[in-house]
Amino acid sequence: MSFISYLINGISLGSVYALIALGYTMVYGIAKMLNFAHGDVIMVGAFITYTMCSTMGLSPVIGVLAAVVACTLLGMAIEKVAYKPLRKAASPLAVLITAIGVSYLLQNVALLIFGANAKAFTSVVSVPALKLADGQINITGETIVTILSCLVIMAGLMLFINKTKAGQAMLAVSEDKGAAQLMGINVDGTIALTFAIGSGLAAVAGVLLCSAYPSLTPYTGSMPGIKAFVAAVFGGIGSIPGALVGGILLGIIEIFGKAYISSQMADAIVFAVLIVVLLVKPAGLFGKNIQEKV
Amino acid sequence: MKKLSNKKMNKTFRDNLITYGMVIAAYVIMQILVSAGAVSSLIQGLLVPLCTYAILAVSLNLTVGILGELSLGHAGFMCIGAFTSAFFSKVMENTALPSGLRFFCALLIGALFAGIFGLLIGIPVLRLKGDYLAIVTLAFGEIIKNLVNILFVGLDENGFHISFTNTMDLNMSEDGQVIIKGAQGITGTPHDSNFTIGIVLLLVTLFIVLNLIHSRDGRAIMAIRDNTIAAESVGIHITKYKLMAFSISAALAGVAGVLYAHNLSTLTALPKNFGYNMSIMILVFVVLGGIGNIRGSIIASVILTLLPELLRGLNDYRMLIYSIVLIVMMLFNWAPKCIEWREKVAARFKSKKSVKKEAE
Repeated sequence: MSFISYLINGISLGSVYALIALGYTMVYGIAKMLNFAHGDVIMVGAFITYTMCSTMGLSPVIGVLAAVVACTLLGMAIEKVAYKPLRKAASPLAVLITAIGVSYLLQNVALLIFGANAKAFTSVVSVPALKLADGQINITGETIVTILSCLVIMAGLMLFINKTKAGQAMLAVSEDKGAAQLMGINVDGTIALTFAIGSGLAAVAGVLLCSAYPSLTPYTGSMPGIKAFVAAVFGGIGSIPGALVGGILLGIIEIFGKAYISSQMADAIVFAVLIVVLLVKPAGLFGKNIQEKV
Repeated sequence: MKKLSNKKMNKTFRDNLITYGMVIAAYVIMQILVSAGAVSSLIQGLLVPLCTYAILAVSLNLTVGILGELSLGHAGFMCIGAFTSAFFSKVMENTALPSGLRFFCALLIGALFAGIFGLLIGIPVLRLKGDYLAIVTLAFGEIIKNLVNILFVGLDENGFHISFTNTMDLNMSEDGQVIIKGAQGITGTPHDSNFTIGIVLLLVTLFIVLNLIHSRDGRAIMAIRDNTIAAESVGIHITKYKLMAFSISAALAGVAGVLYAHNLSTLTALPKNFGYNMSIMILVFVVLGGIGNIRGSIIASVILTLLPELLRGLNDYRMLIYSIVLIVMMLFNWAPKCIEWREKVAARFKSKKSVKKEAE
């Protein structure tokens, strides 16, 4: 029985990773950059909800909406100020380091405003827990909401990308920027839209993560950010179904590793699995392996 | 023809001399300032870390700048060097070995182990490219840090005992000594490193890296960086040279780890000193100093290490300012528009100068 509850917990944690990984994967697919500040956008989203709900006493719905809107704007602002000027830079490392700078900036702004002490995040979920098999399996409301919202967001995103003009434009830009521009696609606008969607999803992920693990510090986002990055690579970076599968697998591996092997080794196990997967499939599970032409 | 190549040799030679001279000059100035009592104890405490960071930056530049592969696990190799050497020093502490020789052996052991790990990790990993390589090196760094945190090693008359759970599990005899205590790390490492040793090690690192770059092997490595397929087609052994650069870089990071470990009495593997944050910080030194520019790496590591300390008066705001300075410097150095603007300004200066000259 404990196996099933571990599995459900793993899927729940994995859903959060998948939401964060989506942001990584979309940005990578379109701008070919690793957005190291993405993990800290999660933290910003969680802090906004915390301020709205716990400090100001507003309803959770308003808190979450405010976080999503604020993070969307934040993501677009970061892209405009820090990443766009470096898009044609001589080395791709330049924008990577700038992203690290943005990550430090967000952490330190949060540190100045909220201090280093962990805040107790009140869960935004008011769904009652589900008891199955005579109370042997206890599924918390947070778990249900996390898994459901991940599935809904995923389906919505797939529809958006495959059925709308803006979504098709995103696919075109990720395929070939120059050709997309020749077809009359607004490349800058499309990239900004990608950052906006990714950051909005990060806000949702932050709220869900902190509802399940209610300790919030300015550094809350960095480890989940790295794990989600691993999940994105795991599933094949640039691939949206890959992010979902990679995220959920990673969550399950982490929870099982904690439960059955060693709680201190959980992170090492996650990273070891990643290495093995990449050695067998160098472009990730769903990644396209592009042959280099001479 | 001969004269031309002579001239070119002289130029690289002169360039290298400037780099060595800069380090030696900095050392002499610091020593004079210290003996004159003009340096606060805070800055004095930073001297060995400065050397550590400079060595790390130079060695990472070998991977990132010369080999052209992004590595985010450099702190992991430093961690291996630090722990193996501190372990050795701790075991040998009560033997008759003089401390100078002990430190020298520790240095060799740290470098050797880090180099071996670099080789072992490099064999599978260097098949990957670009960002995939970056994430796998990051993963390796985290695994190393994680494993060190749960490693317990003890020594008694029956030899070494190793456990991955706790001290009790070691089954030691009563007079045994636990050397590595899991998350508590190694305590009481002999304080063997100082600023002079740090500078000597930095010079040795520079000597190895600069000579490698300007050797036949170094040119082969740079050819791989510029175009792997072309390099392969002229008969350069890709795997051999990649592994060579990667393991030398790892071994030098191990040297930095030895220096780091013997400067502290307590050595623990925290996210702060051996986690990916540290690897990223070293990468920041390399990129800001100029990718492939060895001298730049040293200057950037010194400036970026001193900057937060100099801003200490601003207390809580210092890391905020540090991050803003980092972003602005990156934009200023790398954004095509900024480069264009800088060139325009420089051209205006130049034309003014030449006008003046003509007038004279």
